[in-house]
Amino acid sequence: MILLANVFDSFVGAFDFILHSREAVTGGAQVGGPAYIWPFARTQLEVSAVALGGALAVALPIGLVLGHLGKGEYFAVGFGNAGRAVPEIAVVFLFAALAGIGLVNVAVALGILGLPPILTNTFVAMRQVDRTAVDAAEGVGMRPWEVILRVELPLAAPTIMAGIRTAAINIFATATIASFVGLSTLGDLITGRNVYGDDGVVAGAIVIALLAAAIEVALAGVQWLVTPRGVKLQRATRSA
Amino acid sequence: MIAPVANGVLATDAANRCAPGLPESFCHQHEVTGCVGGNGLFCFDWAADNFDRYVGPFFRHLEIVAISVVAGFAIALALAVLSHRHRALVPPVLGATGVLYTIPSVAFFFLLLPITGFGLATAVIPLSAYTLQIIYRNTLVGLANVPPDAKDAGLGMGMSENQLMWRVELPLAAPEVIAGLRIATVSTVAIATLAFLAGAGGLGQPLYEQLGFKTNIIIVGVLTIAMALFLDLIVVLAQRFITPWRRARPG
Repeated sequence: MILLANVFDSFVGAFDFILHSREAVTGGAQVGGPAYIWPFARTQLEVSAVALGGALAVALPIGLVLGHLGKGEYFAVGFGNAGRAVPEIAVVFLFAALAGIGLVNVAVALGILGLPPILTNTFVAMRQVDRTAVDAAEGVGMRPWEVILRVELPLAAPTIMAGIRTAAINIFATATIASFVGLSTLGDLITGRNVYGDDGVVAGAIVIALLAAAIEVALAGVQWLVTPRGVKLQRATRSA
Repeated sequence: MIAPVANGVLATDAANRCAPGLPESFCHQHEVTGCVGGNGLFCFDWAADNFDRYVGPFFRHLEIVAISVVAGFAIALALAVLSHRHRALVPPVLGATGVLYTIPSVAFFFLLLPITGFGLATAVIPLSAYTLQIIYRNTLVGLANVPPDAKDAGLGMGMSENQLMWRVELPLAAPEVIAGLRIATVSTVAIATLAFLAGAGGLGQPLYEQLGFKTNIIIVGVLTIAMALFLDLIVVLAQRFITPWRRARPG
């Protein structure tokens, strides 16, 4: 029971750290509270957004075109599988060692981690589009880019969004580690026990987990929005 | 002025700065000159001389991955077998494993710290939690794809529901189950490089100790990827071993 009380205390302390400022363990400066934590969260969100944007700009067009042409399956799917084996922390460290620190460099390293799920999901999603719909579109005289953007992309959108969700969560989670290479993300709280104390460490973990959940929920909402009405109806009838 | 330090790499005095672009805190302690001092892309001599320092962390890494994947596999398989009989369990289990999967590993470790403290358990719990969804999902798909004829044949032979599950349904679902296991194993090897944050060691430990040293980063990266490929191969071979009928098929 004492153990349970300790655990409870440490989470109460962590929430107190999130909500109210206090003196640092090292003395002097005030730490904690929303206004103190927000800049760390903002940096992490910013670097993640830049990384995701970059990964999208690269992987989405390649996946759409390869999927439309039905070429490069080995590359598109193999890249996704190989991507899982790469230790993200090593990529971030190597990139910092090669290119130096800074938001853009970290964003590039994180963006690389976002490529595999987006590319693979986009390719697979495009291949899963009903061929008769594509044939019909070509039959009414649509040009290739029209077929991609107006027929295949909407039908493939839910699966593509699933890949973007995976990429976004991976990127945001790994952005925590950016604090090891000098970018002040929420990882600073987690690794700064000597300044923030145990409460600050657990508080950092709580904020990261909550933000990840918020990103997941928001992107699940986007996924729902981009799912064409016809596809939703189809699913509803299939599961009924 | 060079002074040796405990981890076997030489330290410089404060006047010797590290490679340009890196902050002081980011620098490993290094020799002043040569490949190591200049932080070259890959210093073969250093790697050959210092390879032994990666052996312990490598096997620790393997241990963390093995425990996590075996535990996750057992739990996911049990949940899938239960859910296959009681379909009402599917949405809550998918939801719960999905939530676990969303928690970033670093946050997961530090959320567990007040409960399990630094050590193996704090690393293994999140890592095994991450394997649940993919294995659970794939096992359900595999069980759903079992041909009804095979089940009828089993029932006709007088098998009980348990015998049918373990001797007909699960073996026939093996390809999907193994596909999930492969994904879980490979990703666990990669994520386990963060286990050092939970105080469990592994290949992340030497990586972090000299986090600006390119040779070190490359060695850890290569060892991690090699371990992932090796374990993937073992799982594939295991699949061939436990599903001999798939090889016997013509074509």
